[in-house]
Amino acid sequence: MTDTLLLPGVITALAFAMAFWRFTAGPSAVDRVVAFDTLTVIAVTGLVITALVSGRGIYLDVALVYALLSFLGVIVASRYLEGGDR
Amino acid sequence: MIALTWLGVAVMTAGVVFLALGGLGLVRMPDTYTRIQAGTKATTLGTILSLFGAALIMPGWSIKLLLIALFLMFTNPLSSQVLARAAHRAGVPATDKTKADALADDQEGLA
Amino acid sequence: MSDTFAPAKLFATMFVFWLLLNGALQLDVIVVGLLVAGGITYFFAGSLSFLSGYRVSVASAKATAGYLAFFFTELVRANLAMAWLVLDPALPMTPAIVKVRTRLQHPVARLLLANSITLTPGTLSVELRGEWIYVHWVVAQTTDPEAATEAIVAGFEKYLEVMYD
Repeated sequence: MTDTLLLPGVITALAFAMAFWRFTAGPSAVDRVVAFDTLTVIAVTGLVITALVSGRGIYLDVALVYALLSFLGVIVASRYLEGGDR
Repeated sequence: MIALTWLGVAVMTAGVVFLALGGLGLVRMPDTYTRIQAGTKATTLGTILSLFGAALIMPGWSIKLLLIALFLMFTNPLSSQVLARAAHRAGVPATDKTKADALADDQEGLA
Repeated sequence: MSDTFAPAKLFATMFVFWLLLNGALQLDVIVVGLLVAGGITYFFAGSLSFLSGYRVSVASAKATAGYLAFFFTELVRANLAMAWLVLDPALPMTPAIVKVRTRLQHPVARLLLANSITLTPGTLSVELRGEWIYVHWVVAQTTDPEAATEAIVAGFEKYLEVMYD
């Protein structure tokens, strides 16, 4: 099981790395939040792969709560940026 | 059983390829709005496919995986839309290739 | 526009979500779910859930099935189009923010329309103002509101106007 999921895991890590590059590069604050949002979605898949590899379903709950919290975070950050940035 | 697992791995691999394309889009796209486009679209289908793949590998987890997929399908477009609006209201410039901006035109009319 | 089914629909949404989250049909899970869903329904009966304004009828159920089928084909097309664009070295795009008009009245129907637009080929809702939706379009074919409405909105609208009041 662990071996067969190696390829999807590596591609997910690659996706994560590219989104992370945008997170550090910006240039605007909104770009960083966009990158953060994408990172979250990629991380959900990462958590599901972790759940499969470890065989522990509790990671699915982690993924769900993580998705919920980051959604709220992105909304709050955007509302702030509407008035704040520049 | 084994066949289902391999099908699941294949579907999941297709899904994460879309995630990587979304990441590539974030790196390559010229402005914030097109980056939001790349980020939301590719990642939503990518996540749905990889969660579906996971459900094929582990059928007992289907319900919870379905719940995560439904949740993301609702929140992902919402957050992109709020982000695009925030970018526009904060005055983040669009790429020079942009042909028209009806929203900016209408705002000038109101102001 | 009073919706007599509103509390029942909110209650059902909450309760089904709770059952899916637990993934078990034990007595304690059901009892807690009934209590909490009932409490939420009691306190938030006046606010919107995504089934507010949803018509409970056969025509509406058919439209929902059609909408889901259309939505998923569009979602796949959107992703393939975007993948193709990202992989093209020249990034061939003609972005524009265009405005489109919707006939839909109910706020939840408009929300679903805006969400659907965001997930379909090259379009992203930026701002909602009454019946106007401002859409960022990666490969804009037109900047005329009428033509843009036909291209972006019409496909979803014909299902949503049957589904919602």
